[in-house]
Amino acid sequence: MADRHPLFKPLVFVGGIIFGFGLGFSHMARPEVVVNFLLFEDLGLPFVMFGAAIVSGVAFALLPRVRDAAPLTGDPYERRLKPFDRNVLVGGAVFGVGWGLSGICPGAAYASLGVGNVTILWALGGMFVGAYAQGYWRSRSGTRDAAAAGAD
Amino acid sequence: MVADPVLLQAVAELFPNGISRYAVGGLLVGLGTVLIYVGTGIPAGASTFLESTLSYVSGQSRFQRYVGSRDWRLVFTAGIVLGGLAFAATFQSGVVTSSLYEPGTTGQLYEVAGVTLWTTDVQPWRLFLGGILVGIGTRVGKGCTSGHGVCGVGSASKTSLVGVATFLTVAIGTAQVVAALGVSP
Repeated sequence: MADRHPLFKPLVFVGGIIFGFGLGFSHMARPEVVVNFLLFEDLGLPFVMFGAAIVSGVAFALLPRVRDAAPLTGDPYERRLKPFDRNVLVGGAVFGVGWGLSGICPGAAYASLGVGNVTILWALGGMFVGAYAQGYWRSRSGTRDAAAAGAD
Repeated sequence: MVADPVLLQAVAELFPNGISRYAVGGLLVGLGTVLIYVGTGIPAGASTFLESTLSYVSGQSRFQRYVGSRDWRLVFTAGIVLGGLAFAATFQSGVVTSSLYEPGTTGQLYEVAGVTLWTTDVQPWRLFLGGILVGIGTRVGKGCTSGHGVCGVGSASKTSLVGVATFLTVAIGTAQVVAALGVSP
């Protein structure tokens, strides 16, 4: 991990810049625009997420056929597949309430700060509080589960 | 194609800002994701940054699992912030214009050192309370709009498709209730 290719971080940085520029250009970095979509007043927003999903989907499908491994890490090209469980529904629902209330999601919040939205620090602060709360709780229950399993 | 004026009118009302800024923005979000994926094989999501960054200050096992990726995730997020600023310095400031870019009328514009910046009118309590729920939900639910929405949907992952359907449906319901309660902006 420590001996990553010298271009690893520069590439991630440039990728982040393009990603953030896109969020600014699309106005997804503006909570009002997200809320207007959720209220069906402007239906353009899905073009951002699904447009990006189509672009990445083409790359995810093609690259494994072209190359065996990524040049900067040596990691194989794999799709993003995560196991399904109840957490996907519970977490998705909690995220949905938060997104519907605030009109902002993590990536868009970072870009929003970049376009000058100092007020979004409230949302970023809240995201860290929420991420800490669930991590604290899950670290503890994880330790308890491990202890219980070890006791058997 | 037959240009039915009634149909065109209906479409214009559904898309008051057109679709080009959304589609071009989405294309760029996708390109940024693909660039990182081509070089590293990593389908990067934005919300893991919250936990990986907490690993710098907290020893909780839930955050420590991200120690190996926390540095590049910080770099990714710094890039996203700078990308937003680059947009502000160009299209938002009117230095660069395009027929594909629709400026819109939301929020407040202000200027610092010749750069037109933008800030939201949405009330801080909504951002803070919503942010807490976003922080909990994206981490418990294994992804956010970029992890599930862009990388997961792009992977045709059933988990991510269910995740997106869940948060999208609940968000629409929440926003409708909040608006019906008279909360604005």
